[in-house]
Amino acid sequence: MITAERKPIDEIREMIAPFKKVLALGCGSCVAECASGGEKETAMLASALRMAAKMDREDVQISEMTIDRQCVNEFVIQLDDVIDKYDAILSLGCGAGVQAVADMFPEVPVIPALNTEFMGETKGQGLWVESCLGCGDCMLYYFAGVCPLARCSKQLLNGPCGGSMNGKCEVNPEVPCAWQLIIDRLSGFGALDRLEMIYPPKDWSKKQGTGPRKIVREDQQR
Amino acid sequence: MNNISRLKRVLENGDFAVTAECGPPKGADPEVVLRKAEILRGKVDALNVTDNQTAIVRMSSLAACSLLKKAGLDPVLQMVVRDRNRIALQSDILGASALGIRNLLCLSGDHQVFGNQPEAFGVFDLDSIQFVQAVKTMRDEGIILGGESLASSPDIFIGAAANPFADPLEFRVIRLAKKIEAGAGFIQTQCIYNIERFETWLNMAADRGLTEKAYILGGVTPLKSPGMAKYMKNKVSGMDVPDDIIKRMEGVPKDKQREEGIRICVETILRLREMPGVKGVHVMAIEWEDAVGEIVEKAGLLPRPIS
Repeated sequence: MITAERKPIDEIREMIAPFKKVLALGCGSCVAECASGGEKETAMLASALRMAAKMDREDVQISEMTIDRQCVNEFVIQLDDVIDKYDAILSLGCGAGVQAVADMFPEVPVIPALNTEFMGETKGQGLWVESCLGCGDCMLYYFAGVCPLARCSKQLLNGPCGGSMNGKCEVNPEVPCAWQLIIDRLSGFGALDRLEMIYPPKDWSKKQGTGPRKIVREDQQR
Repeated sequence: MNNISRLKRVLENGDFAVTAECGPPKGADPEVVLRKAEILRGKVDALNVTDNQTAIVRMSSLAACSLLKKAGLDPVLQMVVRDRNRIALQSDILGASALGIRNLLCLSGDHQVFGNQPEAFGVFDLDSIQFVQAVKTMRDEGIILGGESLASSPDIFIGAAANPFADPLEFRVIRLAKKIEAGAGFIQTQCIYNIERFETWLNMAADRGLTEKAYILGGVTPLKSPGMAKYMKNKVSGMDVPDDIIKRMEGVPKDKQREEGIRICVETILRLREMPGVKGVHVMAIEWEDAVGEIVEKAGLLPRPIS
Protein backbone atom coordinates (compact mmCIF):
# COMPACT_ATOMS: atom_id res chain seq x y z
CA MET A 1 0.00 0.00 0.00
CA ILE A 2 0.97 3.65 -0.33
CA THR A 3 1.39 5.22 3.09
CA ALA A 4 0.93 8.82 4.12
CA GLU A 5 0.74 11.01 7.18
CA ARG A 6 -1.39 14.06 7.72
CA LYS A 7 0.32 17.43 7.48
CA PRO A 8 0.34 19.67 10.57
CA ILE A 9 -2.99 21.45 10.98
CA ASP A 10 -1.36 24.90 10.82
CA GLU A 11 0.18 24.14 7.44
CA ILE A 12 -3.21 22.94 6.15
CA ARG A 13 -4.97 26.04 7.52
CA GLU A 14 -2.47 28.29 5.82
CA MET A 15 -3.03 26.61 2.46
CA ILE A 16 -6.83 26.77 2.64
CA ALA A 17 -6.92 30.31 4.09
CA PRO A 18 -7.90 32.05 0.80
CA PHE A 19 -10.98 29.84 0.35
CA LYS A 20 -14.47 30.11 1.83
CA LYS A 21 -15.98 26.77 0.78
CA VAL A 22 -13.70 23.80 1.03
CA LEU A 23 -14.41 20.13 0.42
CA ALA A 24 -12.28 17.77 2.53
CA LEU A 25 -12.01 14.76 0.27
CA GLY A 26 -11.03 11.41 1.75
CA CYS A 27 -9.89 8.29 -0.04
CA GLY A 28 -11.07 4.83 0.96
CA SER A 29 -8.01 2.88 -0.20
CA CYS A 30 -4.39 2.86 0.95
CA VAL A 31 -4.58 6.00 3.08
CA ALA A 32 -7.63 4.57 4.86
CA GLU A 33 -5.63 1.44 5.67
CA CYS A 34 -2.81 3.55 7.09
CA ALA A 35 -5.28 5.72 9.00
CA SER A 36 -4.35 9.03 7.45
CA GLY A 37 -6.96 9.82 4.80
CA GLY A 38 -9.96 7.47 5.13
CA GLU A 39 -13.52 8.43 5.99
CA LYS A 40 -12.79 8.64 9.71
CA GLU A 41 -9.67 10.76 9.35
CA THR A 42 -11.46 13.03 6.87
CA ALA A 43 -14.27 13.63 9.36
CA MET A 44 -11.77 14.33 12.12
CA LEU A 45 -9.78 16.78 10.02
CA ALA A 46 -12.91 18.55 8.76
CA SER A 47 -14.24 19.00 12.27
CA ALA A 48 -10.86 20.21 13.57
CA LEU A 49 -10.76 22.78 10.76
CA ARG A 50 -14.34 23.88 11.46
CA MET A 51 -13.58 24.28 15.13
CA ALA A 52 -10.41 26.28 14.45
CA ALA A 53 -12.31 28.52 12.03
CA LYS A 54 -15.02 29.10 14.62
CA MET A 55 -12.50 29.98 17.31
CA ASP A 56 -10.97 32.54 14.96
CA ARG A 57 -14.42 33.80 13.89
CA GLU A 58 -13.73 32.97 10.27
CA ASP A 59 -16.59 32.52 7.88
CA VAL A 60 -15.55 29.25 6.29
CA GLN A 61 -17.57 26.25 5.21
CA ILE A 62 -15.79 22.91 5.42
CA SER A 63 -17.69 19.93 4.03
CA GLU A 64 -16.51 16.35 3.79
CA MET A 65 -16.83 13.44 1.43
CA THR A 66 -14.89 10.22 0.86
CA ILE A 67 -14.62 8.32 -2.40
CA ASP A 68 -13.30 4.79 -2.79
CA ARG A 69 -10.24 5.71 -4.82
CA GLN A 70 -8.95 9.15 -5.65
CA CYS A 71 -6.42 7.72 -8.08
CA VAL A 72 -8.97 6.13 -10.41
CA ASN A 73 -10.99 8.35 -12.76
CA GLU A 74 -14.13 6.21 -12.50
CA PHE A 75 -14.37 7.20 -8.85
CA VAL A 76 -13.15 10.78 -9.20
CA ILE A 77 -15.96 11.48 -11.65
CA GLN A 78 -18.42 11.26 -8.71
CA LEU A 79 -17.25 14.74 -7.78
CA ASP A 80 -18.87 16.11 -10.94
CA ASP A 81 -22.20 16.58 -9.17
CA VAL A 82 -20.83 18.51 -6.19
CA ILE A 83 -17.69 20.29 -7.33
CA ASP A 84 -19.44 23.55 -8.29
CA LYS A 85 -20.32 24.21 -4.65
CA TYR A 86 -16.67 24.57 -3.59
CA ASP A 87 -13.79 27.01 -4.02
CA ALA A 88 -11.18 24.35 -3.31
CA ILE A 89 -10.69 20.69 -2.58
CA LEU A 90 -8.56 19.58 0.35
CA SER A 91 -7.49 16.11 -0.69
CA LEU A 92 -6.65 13.44 1.85
CA GLY A 93 -5.44 11.21 -0.95
CA CYS A 94 -1.85 10.25 -1.67
CA GLY A 95 0.15 12.29 -4.17
CA ALA A 96 -1.38 10.26 -6.99
CA GLY A 97 -4.91 10.94 -5.69
CA VAL A 98 -4.31 14.70 -5.41
CA GLN A 99 -3.05 14.81 -8.98
CA ALA A 100 -5.82 12.64 -10.40
CA VAL A 101 -8.42 15.00 -8.90
CA ALA A 102 -6.50 18.07 -10.08
CA ASP A 103 -6.21 16.58 -13.56
CA MET A 104 -9.97 16.01 -13.83
CA PHE A 105 -10.94 19.46 -12.51
CA PRO A 106 -8.42 21.92 -13.96
CA GLU A 107 -10.36 24.95 -12.73
CA VAL A 108 -10.46 23.93 -9.03
CA PRO A 109 -7.49 24.32 -6.67
CA VAL A 110 -6.64 20.93 -5.10
CA ILE A 111 -4.65 21.14 -1.86
CA PRO A 112 -2.78 18.19 -0.34
CA ALA A 113 -3.60 17.45 3.29
CA LEU A 114 -1.15 14.54 3.53
CA ASN A 115 2.54 13.92 3.09
CA THR A 116 2.84 10.78 0.99
CA GLU A 117 5.56 8.55 2.39
CA PHE A 118 6.29 5.15 0.89
CA MET A 119 5.10 1.79 -0.39
CA GLY A 120 5.02 -0.49 2.56
CA GLU A 121 3.34 -2.95 4.86
CA THR A 122 1.10 -2.69 7.91
CA LYS A 123 3.22 -4.42 10.53
CA GLY A 124 0.92 -4.02 13.49
CA GLN A 125 -1.44 -1.52 15.04
CA GLY A 126 -0.13 1.92 14.20
CA LEU A 127 3.02 0.58 12.55
CA TRP A 128 3.86 0.79 8.86
CA VAL A 129 7.24 0.10 7.27
CA GLU A 130 8.73 0.71 3.86
CA SER A 131 9.51 -2.36 1.79
CA CYS A 132 9.43 -1.50 -1.90
CA LEU A 133 10.95 1.25 -4.04
CA GLY A 134 9.05 0.35 -7.18
CA CYS A 135 12.32 -0.03 -9.09
CA GLY A 136 10.69 -1.73 -12.07
CA ASP A 137 12.94 -4.79 -11.98
CA CYS A 138 12.24 -6.96 -8.94
CA MET A 139 15.26 -8.74 -7.47
CA LEU A 140 13.57 -10.24 -4.42
CA TYR A 141 14.25 -13.77 -5.66
CA TYR A 142 18.01 -13.28 -5.29
CA PHE A 143 17.70 -11.70 -1.88
CA ALA A 144 15.33 -14.21 -0.32
CA GLY A 145 12.38 -11.86 -0.18
CA VAL A 146 14.16 -8.94 1.51
CA CYS A 147 14.75 -5.91 -0.69
CA PRO A 148 18.16 -4.31 -0.09
CA LEU A 149 17.23 -1.29 -2.19
CA ALA A 150 14.29 -0.41 0.03
CA ARG A 151 15.62 -1.69 3.33
CA CYS A 152 19.41 -1.20 3.35
CA SER A 153 20.30 2.41 4.20
CA LYS A 154 23.00 2.39 1.52
CA GLN A 155 21.03 0.39 -1.05
CA LEU A 156 23.87 -2.12 -1.32
CA LEU A 157 23.41 -5.00 -3.73
CA ASN A 158 26.59 -6.59 -2.42
CA GLY A 159 26.24 -5.96 1.29
CA PRO A 160 26.42 -5.82 4.21
CA CYS A 161 28.66 -2.82 4.82
CA GLY A 162 31.07 -2.60 7.72
CA GLY A 163 28.47 -0.98 9.93
CA SER A 164 26.31 -4.05 10.53
CA MET A 165 26.52 -4.97 14.21
CA ASN A 166 24.38 -7.46 16.14
CA GLY A 167 21.92 -7.54 13.26
CA LYS A 168 21.34 -3.79 13.37
CA CYS A 169 22.04 -0.96 10.95
CA GLU A 170 24.68 1.63 11.81
CA VAL A 171 22.36 4.43 10.78
CA ASN A 172 19.85 3.63 13.49
CA PRO A 173 20.20 0.80 16.01
CA GLU A 174 16.42 0.36 15.92
CA VAL A 175 16.59 -0.61 12.27
CA PRO A 176 17.35 -4.23 11.41
CA CYS A 177 20.26 -4.66 8.98
CA ALA A 178 18.58 -5.76 5.74
CA TRP A 179 21.67 -7.76 4.84
CA GLN A 180 21.62 -9.68 8.09
CA LEU A 181 17.99 -10.58 7.28
CA ILE A 182 19.00 -11.63 3.75
CA ILE A 183 21.85 -13.79 5.06
CA ASP A 184 19.63 -15.37 7.73
CA ARG A 185 16.90 -16.20 5.22
CA LEU A 186 19.28 -17.48 2.56
CA SER A 187 21.07 -19.69 5.03
CA GLY A 188 17.69 -21.06 6.12
CA PHE A 189 17.07 -22.11 2.51
CA GLY A 190 20.61 -23.43 2.08
CA ALA A 191 21.15 -20.81 -0.63
CA LEU A 192 24.04 -18.83 0.84
CA ASP A 193 26.00 -19.40 -2.38
CA ARG A 194 23.84 -16.67 -3.93
CA LEU A 195 25.91 -14.22 -1.91
CA GLU A 196 29.13 -15.22 -3.62
CA MET A 197 28.19 -13.69 -6.94
CA ILE A 198 28.77 -10.03 -7.64
CA TYR A 199 25.50 -8.32 -8.44
CA PRO A 200 26.02 -5.80 -11.24
CA PRO A 201 25.01 -2.14 -11.02
CA LYS A 202 21.27 -1.60 -10.98
CA ASP A 203 19.56 -0.46 -14.18
CA TRP A 204 17.90 2.68 -12.84
CA SER A 205 16.48 3.57 -16.25
CA LYS A 206 13.57 1.29 -15.35
CA LYS A 207 12.77 3.58 -12.44
CA GLN A 208 13.64 7.04 -13.66
CA GLY A 209 14.54 6.78 -17.30
CA THR A 210 12.37 9.23 -19.16
CA GLY A 211 9.99 11.16 -16.98
CA PRO A 212 6.98 9.64 -15.26
CA ARG A 213 6.63 5.95 -15.94
CA LYS A 214 3.67 4.52 -17.78
CA ILE A 215 2.22 1.06 -18.23
CA VAL A 216 0.32 0.46 -21.47
CA ARG A 217 -1.64 -2.79 -21.73
CA GLU A 218 -3.49 -3.14 -24.98
CA ASP A 219 -5.24 -6.28 -23.78
CA GLN A 220 -6.88 -4.15 -21.09
CA GLN A 221 -8.00 -1.42 -23.45
CA ARG A 222 -11.42 -1.48 -25.04
CA MET B 1 59.47 6.92 -11.38
CA ASN B 2 57.05 9.68 -10.55
CA ASN B 3 54.22 8.05 -12.42
CA ILE B 4 54.25 4.64 -10.76
CA SER B 5 52.52 3.82 -7.51
CA ARG B 6 55.14 3.75 -4.76
CA LEU B 7 52.77 1.72 -2.62
CA LYS B 8 52.49 -0.93 -5.32
CA ARG B 9 56.25 -1.12 -5.81
CA VAL B 10 56.89 -1.55 -2.08
CA LEU B 11 54.31 -4.33 -1.88
CA GLU B 12 55.54 -6.07 -5.02
CA ASN B 13 59.11 -5.94 -3.70
CA GLY B 14 57.90 -7.86 -0.67
CA ASP B 15 58.54 -5.04 1.79
CA PHE B 16 56.14 -4.43 4.66
CA ALA B 17 54.21 -1.37 3.50
CA VAL B 18 53.21 1.63 5.57
CA THR B 19 50.36 3.97 4.71
CA ALA B 20 48.84 6.73 6.80
CA GLU B 21 45.75 8.83 6.66
CA CYS B 22 45.60 12.50 5.80
CA GLY B 23 42.23 14.15 6.38
CA PRO B 24 41.71 17.23 4.16
CA PRO B 25 40.78 20.47 5.92
CA LYS B 26 37.36 22.01 6.35
CA GLY B 27 38.56 24.87 4.25
CA ALA B 28 40.27 25.89 1.04
CA ASP B 29 43.82 26.43 2.30
CA PRO B 30 46.28 24.13 0.49
CA GLU B 31 48.93 24.80 3.15
CA VAL B 32 47.03 22.62 5.66
CA VAL B 33 47.41 19.64 3.35
CA LEU B 34 51.03 20.42 2.59
CA ARG B 35 51.89 20.77 6.28
CA LYS B 36 50.51 17.30 6.95
CA ALA B 37 52.48 16.07 3.94
CA GLU B 38 55.73 17.41 5.43
CA ILE B 39 55.03 15.73 8.78
CA LEU B 40 54.54 12.39 7.02
CA ARG B 41 57.17 12.66 4.27
CA GLY B 42 59.66 9.79 4.45
CA LYS B 43 57.67 8.07 7.21
CA VAL B 44 55.17 6.28 4.98
CA ASP B 45 54.99 4.86 1.46
CA ALA B 46 51.64 6.36 0.60
CA LEU B 47 49.06 8.70 2.10
CA ASN B 48 45.33 8.01 2.08
CA VAL B 49 43.21 11.09 1.58
CA THR B 50 39.74 10.68 3.02
CA ASP B 51 36.64 11.60 1.01
CA ASN B 52 34.38 13.79 3.15
CA GLN B 53 34.77 11.32 6.00
CA THR B 54 31.87 10.94 8.42
CA ALA B 55 29.88 12.80 5.76
CA ILE B 56 31.35 16.17 6.73
CA VAL B 57 32.09 18.59 3.92
CA ARG B 58 35.83 19.04 3.44
CA MET B 59 38.26 19.87 0.68
CA SER B 60 37.78 17.34 -2.09
CA SER B 61 39.89 14.25 -1.84
CA LEU B 62 40.88 14.48 -5.50
CA ALA B 63 42.16 18.05 -5.09
CA ALA B 64 44.08 17.23 -1.90
CA CYS B 65 45.60 14.17 -3.62
CA SER B 66 46.74 16.38 -6.46
CA LEU B 67 48.45 18.73 -3.97
CA LEU B 68 50.22 15.75 -2.35
CA LYS B 69 51.26 14.38 -5.73
CA LYS B 70 52.80 17.72 -6.69
CA ALA B 71 54.65 17.73 -3.36
CA GLY B 72 56.21 14.39 -4.30
CA LEU B 73 54.15 12.07 -2.13
CA ASP B 74 52.20 9.01 -3.28
CA PRO B 75 48.53 9.67 -2.53
CA VAL B 76 45.80 7.05 -2.14
CA LEU B 77 42.59 8.62 -3.39
CA GLN B 78 39.66 7.55 -1.24
CA MET B 79 36.35 7.69 -3.06
CA VAL B 80 32.93 6.94 -1.61
CA VAL B 81 29.84 6.01 -3.60
CA ARG B 82 27.63 8.07 -1.30
CA ASP B 83 27.96 11.36 -3.18
CA ARG B 84 28.55 10.52 -6.83
CA ASN B 85 26.68 8.47 -9.39
CA ARG B 86 28.43 6.21 -11.89
CA ILE B 87 28.98 9.03 -14.36
CA ALA B 88 30.79 11.20 -11.81
CA LEU B 89 32.76 8.29 -10.33
CA GLN B 90 34.10 7.11 -13.67
CA SER B 91 34.87 10.66 -14.74
CA ASP B 92 36.82 11.32 -11.53
CA ILE B 93 38.84 8.15 -12.05
CA LEU B 94 39.95 9.39 -15.46
CA GLY B 95 40.76 12.78 -13.95
CA ALA B 96 42.69 11.24 -11.07
CA SER B 97 44.79 9.17 -13.44
CA ALA B 98 45.46 12.24 -15.59
CA LEU B 99 46.73 14.06 -12.47
CA GLY B 100 49.15 11.21 -11.81
CA ILE B 101 47.25 9.74 -8.89
CA ARG B 102 47.96 6.02 -8.95
CA ASN B 103 46.17 4.54 -5.92
CA LEU B 104 42.47 4.38 -5.26
CA LEU B 105 40.49 3.10 -2.29
CA CYS B 106 36.86 2.36 -3.19
CA LEU B 107 34.42 2.75 -0.30
CA SER B 108 30.71 2.87 0.43
CA GLY B 109 31.17 5.87 2.71
CA ASP B 110 29.71 6.85 6.04
CA HIS B 111 25.98 7.45 5.77
CA GLN B 112 25.00 11.08 5.23
CA VAL B 113 22.95 11.26 8.45
CA PHE B 114 26.16 11.16 10.49
CA GLY B 115 27.64 14.34 9.07
CA ASN B 116 26.83 18.01 8.77
CA GLN B 117 24.57 17.57 5.72
CA PRO B 118 21.94 15.15 7.03
CA GLU B 119 19.42 16.49 4.51
CA ALA B 120 21.58 15.42 1.55
CA PHE B 121 20.38 12.84 -0.96
CA GLY B 122 22.44 9.67 -0.58
CA VAL B 123 23.41 8.57 -4.09
CA PHE B 124 24.65 4.97 -3.69
CA ASP B 125 24.17 4.37 -7.42
CA LEU B 126 26.97 1.78 -7.30
CA ASP B 127 28.11 -0.08 -4.23
CA SER B 128 31.79 -0.33 -3.36
CA ILE B 129 32.19 -3.75 -4.99
CA GLN B 130 30.55 -2.65 -8.24
CA PHE B 131 32.79 0.43 -8.13
CA VAL B 132 35.95 -1.70 -7.79
CA GLN B 133 34.80 -3.82 -10.71
CA ALA B 134 34.02 -0.78 -12.86
CA VAL B 135 37.50 0.70 -12.26
CA LYS B 136 39.19 -2.61 -12.99
CA THR B 137 37.33 -2.89 -16.29
CA MET B 138 38.28 0.68 -17.17
CA ARG B 139 41.92 -0.04 -16.39
CA ASP B 140 42.34 -3.55 -17.80
CA GLU B 141 39.94 -3.50 -20.74
CA GLY B 142 39.59 0.21 -21.41
CA ILE B 143 35.82 -0.10 -21.15
CA ILE B 144 33.37 1.91 -19.06
CA LEU B 145 30.07 0.70 -17.61
CA GLY B 146 27.66 0.02 -20.44
CA GLY B 147 30.44 -1.23 -22.73
CA GLU B 148 31.85 1.85 -24.47
CA SER B 149 35.59 2.05 -25.06
CA LEU B 150 37.89 4.69 -23.61
CA ALA B 151 40.45 6.55 -25.72
CA SER B 152 43.02 5.66 -23.05
CA SER B 153 42.81 3.67 -19.85
CA PRO B 154 43.44 4.97 -16.34
CA ASP B 155 46.49 3.59 -14.54
CA ILE B 156 45.24 2.85 -11.04
CA PHE B 157 46.23 0.49 -8.22
CA ILE B 158 42.83 -0.46 -6.86
CA GLY B 159 42.10 -0.99 -3.19
CA ALA B 160 39.11 -1.71 -1.02
CA ALA B 161 38.34 -1.75 2.67
CA ALA B 162 37.49 -4.68 4.91
CA ASN B 163 36.01 -4.71 8.37
CA PRO B 164 36.87 -7.98 10.11
CA PHE B 165 34.92 -6.86 13.17
CA ALA B 166 31.47 -6.22 11.75
CA ASP B 167 28.82 -8.93 11.69
CA PRO B 168 28.31 -11.60 10.52
CA LEU B 169 31.87 -12.94 10.70
CA GLU B 170 31.45 -15.70 8.08
CA PHE B 171 30.17 -13.21 5.59
CA ARG B 172 33.08 -10.82 6.19
CA VAL B 173 35.32 -13.24 4.35
CA ILE B 174 32.82 -13.78 1.53
CA ARG B 175 32.69 -10.02 1.13
CA LEU B 176 36.48 -9.81 1.07
CA ALA B 177 36.51 -12.51 -1.60
CA LYS B 178 34.01 -10.53 -3.66
CA LYS B 179 36.08 -7.37 -3.39
CA ILE B 180 39.21 -9.18 -4.51
CA GLU B 181 37.39 -10.96 -7.32
CA ALA B 182 36.00 -7.60 -8.40
CA GLY B 183 39.56 -6.35 -8.76
CA ALA B 184 40.93 -5.05 -5.46
CA GLY B 185 44.72 -5.40 -5.42
CA PHE B 186 45.13 -4.15 -1.89
CA ILE B 187 42.91 -4.14 1.19
CA GLN B 188 43.03 -1.73 4.11
CA THR B 189 41.19 -2.92 7.20
CA GLN B 190 39.21 -1.26 9.95
CA CYS B 191 41.25 -0.35 13.07
CA ILE B 192 42.49 -3.45 14.83
CA TYR B 193 42.27 -3.62 18.62
CA ASN B 194 40.88 -7.14 18.93
CA ILE B 195 43.84 -9.05 17.51
CA GLU B 196 42.30 -12.50 18.14
CA ARG B 197 39.24 -11.69 16.08
CA PHE B 198 41.43 -10.20 13.37
CA GLU B 199 43.52 -13.36 13.26
CA THR B 200 40.41 -15.54 13.01
CA TRP B 201 39.26 -13.49 10.05
CA LEU B 202 42.73 -13.54 8.48
CA ASN B 203 42.98 -17.31 8.81
CA MET B 204 39.58 -17.72 7.20
CA ALA B 205 40.76 -15.46 4.39
CA ALA B 206 44.01 -17.42 4.05
CA ASP B 207 42.04 -20.69 3.84
CA ARG B 208 40.33 -19.31 0.77
CA GLY B 209 43.66 -18.22 -0.67
CA LEU B 210 42.71 -14.57 -0.41
CA THR B 211 45.86 -13.42 1.37
CA GLU B 212 47.81 -14.47 -1.73
CA LYS B 213 45.50 -12.68 -4.14
CA ALA B 214 45.60 -9.21 -2.60
CA TYR B 215 47.90 -7.31 -0.27
CA ILE B 216 46.26 -6.91 3.12
CA LEU B 217 47.23 -3.88 5.17
CA GLY B 218 46.10 -3.97 8.78
CA GLY B 219 44.53 -0.77 10.06
CA VAL B 220 45.67 0.75 13.36
CA THR B 221 44.67 3.91 15.21
CA PRO B 222 46.61 5.18 18.24
CA LEU B 223 44.28 5.97 21.14
CA LYS B 224 44.61 9.36 22.79
CA SER B 225 42.59 8.62 25.92
CA PRO B 226 40.35 6.03 27.58
CA GLY B 227 37.46 8.29 26.57
CA MET B 228 38.35 7.88 22.93
CA ALA B 229 38.57 4.10 23.37
CA LYS B 230 35.13 4.01 24.98
CA TYR B 231 33.68 6.28 22.33
CA MET B 232 34.97 4.00 19.57
CA LYS B 233 33.67 0.92 21.34
CA ASN B 234 30.21 2.29 22.05
CA LYS B 235 29.48 4.85 19.38
CA VAL B 236 31.31 3.81 16.24
CA SER B 237 29.53 1.00 14.48
CA GLY B 238 31.69 -1.86 13.32
CA MET B 239 34.46 -1.05 15.82
CA ASP B 240 35.68 -3.66 18.32
CA VAL B 241 37.69 -2.28 21.26
CA PRO B 242 38.19 -5.00 23.92
CA ASP B 243 37.84 -4.05 27.58
CA ASP B 244 41.48 -4.86 28.39
CA ILE B 245 42.57 -2.12 25.96
CA ILE B 246 40.28 0.35 27.73
CA LYS B 247 41.61 -0.80 31.11
CA ARG B 248 45.19 -0.29 29.92
CA MET B 249 44.39 3.26 28.87
CA GLU B 250 42.64 3.91 32.20
CA GLY B 251 45.55 2.43 34.14
CA VAL B 252 48.01 5.20 33.32
CA PRO B 253 48.03 8.83 34.51
CA LYS B 254 46.46 11.37 32.21
CA ASP B 255 49.76 12.82 30.99
CA LYS B 256 50.96 9.36 29.96
CA GLN B 257 47.84 8.28 28.11
CA ARG B 258 48.98 9.32 24.64
CA GLU B 259 52.25 7.49 25.23
CA GLU B 260 50.29 4.38 26.21
CA GLY B 261 48.13 4.74 23.11
CA ILE B 262 51.24 4.81 20.94
CA ARG B 263 52.67 1.81 22.81
CA ILE B 264 49.51 -0.26 22.17
CA CYS B 265 49.62 0.77 18.54
CA VAL B 266 53.27 -0.26 18.14
CA GLU B 267 52.61 -3.61 19.86
CA THR B 268 49.73 -4.22 17.47
CA ILE B 269 51.94 -3.48 14.47
CA LEU B 270 54.61 -5.87 15.75
CA ARG B 271 51.97 -8.60 16.12
CA LEU B 272 50.67 -7.88 12.62
CA ARG B 273 54.18 -8.13 11.15
CA GLU B 274 54.40 -11.69 12.40
CA MET B 275 51.30 -12.72 10.48
CA PRO B 276 52.25 -13.99 7.02
CA GLY B 277 48.96 -12.82 5.50
CA VAL B 278 49.55 -9.19 6.49
CA LYS B 279 51.65 -7.24 4.01
CA GLY B 280 51.58 -3.83 5.58
CA VAL B 281 50.00 -1.45 8.01
CA HIS B 282 47.66 1.52 7.58
CA VAL B 283 48.07 4.06 10.40
CA MET B 284 44.99 6.19 10.91
CA ALA B 285 46.11 8.75 13.48
CA ILE B 286 43.00 10.88 13.48
CA GLU B 287 44.06 14.56 13.57
CA TRP B 288 47.30 13.35 15.17
CA GLU B 289 49.65 13.07 12.21
CA ASP B 290 52.63 13.88 14.50
CA ALA B 291 52.24 10.47 16.10
CA VAL B 292 52.77 8.54 12.87
CA GLY B 293 56.55 9.08 12.64
CA GLU B 294 57.07 7.93 16.22
CA ILE B 295 54.87 4.86 15.76
CA VAL B 296 56.56 3.85 12.53
CA GLU B 297 60.00 4.36 14.03
CA LYS B 298 59.23 2.41 17.21
CA ALA B 299 57.78 -0.41 15.10
CA GLY B 300 61.14 -0.62 13.32
CA LEU B 301 59.72 0.39 9.97
CA LEU B 302 62.16 3.23 9.21
CA PRO B 303 63.71 4.06 6.88
CA ARG B 304 61.18 3.34 4.19
CA PRO B 305 62.56 1.22 1.33
CA ILE B 306 61.80 3.62 -1.51
CA SER B 307 62.33 7.29 -0.82
